Amino acid sequence: MSTRRVSAFLPLILLCSCAGAPQTTSSKPPALGTPVGAAEIARWDISIPPSGAGLPAGSGTARQGQQVYEQKCLACHGAKGGGKPADPLAGGTGTLASKAPVRTVGSYWPYATTLFDYVRRAMPITNPLSLTNDEVYAVTAYVLALNGIVGEDAVMNAQSLPQVKMPNRDGFVSDWPPRER
Amino acid sequence: MNDEKDEGRRRFLAQGAALVGGAASAALSPPGGAQELAGQPWERVYGAGFTRYGQPSKYEAPVGRHLAQPYGELAPGSGAALSPIESLEGIITPSSLHNIRSHSGTPDIDPKQHRLLIHGMVARPLMFTVESLLQYPMTTRTHFVECSGNSSRALTPQPAQVPAGAMHGNMSCTEWTGIPLRVLLEEAGLEPSAKWLLAEGADSAHMSRSIPVEKAFDDALVALYQNGERLRPEQGYPVRLLLPGWEGNMNVKWLRRIKATDGPTHTKDETSKYTDPLPDGRSLQFTFEMGVKSVITRPSSTMTLPRPGRYEISGLAWSGAGRIRQVEVSTDGGATWTAATLLGEERPRALVRFRMPWEWSGKPALLQSRATDEKGRVQPTRKDWLTRYAPDMRYHNNSIVSWAVGADGKVTHVYA
Repeated sequence: MSTRRVSAFLPLILLCSCAGAPQTTSSKPPALGTPVGAAEIARWDISIPPSGAGLPAGSGTARQGQQVYEQKCLACHGAKGGGKPADPLAGGTGTLASKAPVRTVGSYWPYATTLFDYVRRAMPITNPLSLTNDEVYAVTAYVLALNGIVGEDAVMNAQSLPQVKMPNRDGFVSDWPPRER
Repeated sequence: MNDEKDEGRRRFLAQGAALVGGAASAALSPPGGAQELAGQPWERVYGAGFTRYGQPSKYEAPVGRHLAQPYGELAPGSGAALSPIESLEGIITPSSLHNIRSHSGTPDIDPKQHRLLIHGMVARPLMFTVESLLQYPMTTRTHFVECSGNSSRALTPQPAQVPAGAMHGNMSCTEWTGIPLRVLLEEAGLEPSAKWLLAEGADSAHMSRSIPVEKAFDDALVALYQNGERLRPEQGYPVRLLLPGWEGNMNVKWLRRIKATDGPTHTKDETSKYTDPLPDGRSLQFTFEMGVKSVITRPSSTMTLPRPGRYEISGLAWSGAGRIRQVEVSTDGGATWTAATLLGEERPRALVRFRMPWEWSGKPALLQSRATDEKGRVQPTRKDWLTRYAPDMRYHNNSIVSWAVGADGKVTHVYA
């Protein structure tokens, strides 16, 4: 029964495939993306991985960053990164296995590059993308110094920032690919 | 011209009114005759005209999202709006009541100016306009999106006495239409050595997450439509990423950039947040899939059963791993379980509605539901779940939810 039905439709299918040339269906999607050059990509690419690839030119120290912080960050993150109303940025080292863990940039974040990346893309919350690269390096240095991770005069730049070893660097266990549950 | 039309309309309505009035006072009607016919006031007046975009009944105004704005007026778009699941039925969330989780508010994006860049480890870096994306062949699927922090409000020291949605409604399920992400990656010529994709939004936080390429070649969509219409602004208009079953946070809204990389970028939202602290001080990172879960939505906390008698227990179940195989319901705090009837269980990574008839005797009862997915994973008890993590764990809470029904019919949230 089903064989007969298929054979009955066969000539029709053949007919369609010959006569339908102007309206052929194709499984290929349209290719409508337009090529982009390196200079344009550079204006868009703001993500910084732990290797530091893509970190821009510029530099700053904690001493310089303190000024930026007090003007543009303190209102939400508190004096010396103490927090409130937004997240605390300093302290908490050694508390992660306790009954009251305090998770800050210093105690929890595994990579200093993430701090640069996030400050540049998202901060200050009312005016992101407004800091110069020097300011981002400086305020990054300041937050690291608040946590005792770098000194007040340590220069943070594209070379030095990826070298900073965060206290909780080895505190993460990747669940990808997923373990058996 | 318009005035003339309006005049005509007024005349028509006035004549109509005269007719209605005439009928009511007609001598042929028996005394009080018209009043003997059933008919509410709205059956005796001409109804409202059409509107271009529909709204729910004004009597349903109490039904709305539960807002969670931890920074208040300082950052009113940083936080969440949770779906009122206690007031909804079926398995599709109305777009207007879909949960929202945003980090820096909802951007006001002009679709003509918006672009999507695909670059990094690709043969041909490409820029897409929204207009061009709309010309690709589309795929339509129904999926839930759940914030990884959903049900964190059920982790407070004392059980919160708030509606179910205020705790468990950071999750919704709708029909999504878009382009398989794979199609765009293939057009750009993804290099075989590319293992991860950095996805980034055009909100002012430029929210970004690293995604394994495997997901792109499984079921990831670049979504343009939700429930048949273009995305709502708070859902990522004009284009968002949809990663079915994975942490809501990774379903990057307002998608502006995808960069193919050899490793994860370790963004702020996959290191300082959305990582799962363990009791020993370490944390799990890249726990993408949302666990198997269920919650009874009716009856649920803050509701009252008016009298003993027959009820239907109704709720929602879902799993990021695939389909729901079974939902069991207990009315005695887990001593005995009964399989509920399922609706929508053929769809992977979508909400399932479960229902079970229940005769409430009027004595105290303890209602729970327990879901099992097609991988055989079973929703954990609250006690078991808590032992797995550090005390401040706030993500991936898929533990069993308990509602106590008192002899007075009041339903409260309890830890059991």
